[in-house]
Amino acid sequence: MTTHNIKIRVPALARVEGEGALVVDVHEGEITHLQLRIYEPPRYFEKFLEGREYTDIPEIVARICGICPVAYQMSAVQAIESIFDVQVSQWVEDMRRVMYCGEWIQSHSLHIHMLAAPDFLGFNSITEMAKKYPAEVQRGLRLQSIGNKLIALFGGRSVHPVGVRAGGFHHAPNVDEVTKLLKEIDSAVDEAADLLRWTGSLSLPDIEQSTVYVALRNETQYAINDGRIMSNTDVDLAASEYTNRFSECHVPHSTALHATLDGKPYLVGPLARMNLNFSELPENVQTILAEIGIRFPCHNMFYSIIARAAELMAALLEAQRLLGDYKPETPYVDVSPKAGVGYGCTEAPRGILWHRYELDDNGRIVEARIVPPTSQNQARIEEDLRYSLTEFGLDKDEQDLRLHGEKVIRNYDPCISCATHFLKLELNRQGYSEQAINALSERLTAGDTITILGVGSPVHGDTLGQEVIALLKKQGVFDNNTNVRLKSLERPGMNVVEEIRQAKCLLIIDAMQGDTTHDGVVIVRGNELVGEASVSGSHELGVADAISLADSLGLDTENVLIIGMLKGDKAAWSNSDVEHVVNRLEALVAKIQS
Amino acid sequence: MAAAKPRVAVHKFSSCDGCQLAFLNMGEDLLQLASAVELVHFIEAGLVAEDASVDIAFVEGSISTPDDHARIQNIRDHCQYLVTIGACATSGGIQALRNMNDAKAWTEAIYAQPEYINSLDKVSPIKEHVKVDLELWGCPVSSQQIIHAVRDLLLGVLPAVENDKLCMECKRNANVCVMVTKGQPCVGAMTRGGCGAICPHMGRDCYGCYGPAENPNPDALATHLQGLGMLPGSVARRLLFIHSAAPELNSTGVSWQGMEEGTSE
Repeated sequence: MTTHNIKIRVPALARVEGEGALVVDVHEGEITHLQLRIYEPPRYFEKFLEGREYTDIPEIVARICGICPVAYQMSAVQAIESIFDVQVSQWVEDMRRVMYCGEWIQSHSLHIHMLAAPDFLGFNSITEMAKKYPAEVQRGLRLQSIGNKLIALFGGRSVHPVGVRAGGFHHAPNVDEVTKLLKEIDSAVDEAADLLRWTGSLSLPDIEQSTVYVALRNETQYAINDGRIMSNTDVDLAASEYTNRFSECHVPHSTALHATLDGKPYLVGPLARMNLNFSELPENVQTILAEIGIRFPCHNMFYSIIARAAELMAALLEAQRLLGDYKPETPYVDVSPKAGVGYGCTEAPRGILWHRYELDDNGRIVEARIVPPTSQNQARIEEDLRYSLTEFGLDKDEQDLRLHGEKVIRNYDPCISCATHFLKLELNRQGYSEQAINALSERLTAGDTITILGVGSPVHGDTLGQEVIALLKKQGVFDNNTNVRLKSLERPGMNVVEEIRQAKCLLIIDAMQGDTTHDGVVIVRGNELVGEASVSGSHELGVADAISLADSLGLDTENVLIIGMLKGDKAAWSNSDVEHVVNRLEALVAKIQS
Repeated sequence: MAAAKPRVAVHKFSSCDGCQLAFLNMGEDLLQLASAVELVHFIEAGLVAEDASVDIAFVEGSISTPDDHARIQNIRDHCQYLVTIGACATSGGIQALRNMNDAKAWTEAIYAQPEYINSLDKVSPIKEHVKVDLELWGCPVSSQQIIHAVRDLLLGVLPAVENDKLCMECKRNANVCVMVTKGQPCVGAMTRGGCGAICPHMGRDCYGCYGPAENPNPDALATHLQGLGMLPGSVARRLLFIHSAAPELNSTGVSWQGMEEGTSE
């Protein structure tokens, strides 16, 4: 009997604890298990909020994320205002949209230039990229700074801004400040257009996959802080109805909760928004996208970088339009607290951000719930990784697999605290790999014989090998395949060594002990067993011993595959066990001979 | 021969990433900084060398897991000068609010499988674990604070840190006092300046995100807030906010919290 698991552990690129790691188990060329682990320690925001005054909410929730504090403040005040029955003025709505545009510009530019573009152009960091692409990097930094200035215009600073309150803003910017910033915006519009064209010129992988896209939608304008929750399927909900279809669950490997739509993964963020709201984009953005040759809806996640650049340009044009005729107005309406439950949902740079608050008579928080975009995309990221890594080739070098995994994850721009440039990959490849099969078929020339050798012992009920050979013969599986030879060995011993010496390709069927696999079948290459001693096998000389011996004798063990079935506690092999191995063998032989 | 550039690392613990943005939002100054120093480790900017020896290590975030504790010791061992940036690293930050509550019960309330959540009972600032050479307060710190600190260190002088009360900065900026004129519960009188007094500039109260100033008097301020009509519980929450774990604020805040419990029905 043989026990063998192939486990490849890739050490972290750097030892960065408390962050993200990717675990992939590969069994016979298929991913059997994949986890994106998020280790960001829990920070308990929903609990801090309990018992505090509603006026603290914008300051507290901003601190969930330094990159998208405006989104948190906007979803929060929307919920509070709905409880207090407050209708903010058109001016407040417009200016909130401008401030939110600032955050989109800032966040998208940060993502494109600091994280994504260095990836696609083969640099480790923006400072490295700046040496080769100084003009592009400086353009990016300028755009990012305009985004920051737009936030600071209303919030005093761009990280954890202090200007947003229930009912409006604490303060209206004066005309001079706005005029000065508007000049910068005017001269940046062309730069944003160039950026969009530039992202269109990047060489991006061409992989399409279908998923469900979820975003806010609003018939009158590209939805940011108003609209219904819609999808490309049948979702059409008010913020208050979110939990009718969406639910969150805690998966053990992550401190981020996973949200699903009817129990299935879905996508939020720029690509989802573009796919749902393309027609609401400014015309010149649509024109440039047509020039680049990208059609929406678009099902290639790698085009997310283009979607971000398009939204960046759209946000800049929106800010330009809304500030064009700026006059300060009364920045807020007074609010008076009352008890109730309220919901807020807005489009954070990374996708919809949903809040629910229950307040008491004094406006103090009874309960808070927040569903951020990154936890909504979690399940979708794992689904994408399964697909994209398989397409990429699971037998590729670990380093390449890790880099590709990072790129895939980066398309979702998970909050940076949730991992990326420093992804740990734990790759467990078990059983045969595509590479082993390919190597084997390359070594064979047409007409070479494949020997299928069933080994076992009549005592101990260890008869799987013989039973499989008997069934193969009975069913006549390989009757028309003259290059396949079937042989059964009782008490294999030295005979196995002899078979290894003679055969061009040897498939050994045996019972095994070991960890459970998804269907109980384990396939191992012979040369990987060299040096493994068999554990109290029922044969005089175990298969692993025979292989080690053959290796010592200078024989080639690379053409040997051991196909084992785990016996576990079973007293005897059932017919379905034997049939299962026969089916697997048929597929395996076809693969080797192809 | 040109002198070797000082090596700089930026590390992150439990936080919102906002203080690291003080680097990334510098705009073109970031490129200038990158030419004046050698940025060795800065994950958010794509540079990964956690164990490299550096001259200056900037640290964001607070310690909240057993792994964090081991990591910060490793960072201390590999740097000459350790600078905390922001509230989380310097005082524990907003997540230290959990220290006054039963975090274990919270974990059970939020996570379906709490046994997988590995965190320490208390959130703590960096200085409770290793020696800190310089503290930059603020939630978040500004790019200016970072640039000043780096420049001073490059020049070989001890960085000057703002210790004064926000009121001083507010007066210099010619803001109208929101506490005197509007009766707002401003805590600028006990809070460190350096932010630009942006809240009073917007006509609103300071909520203390830059932490306690030198020699603060939170007791007197708390009594004054009560005089403005605030209930003891609200006064306590005013003190126990972004920097609830800072000792200067914590004891006063907790005593006012006790008064609320004493008066509640």
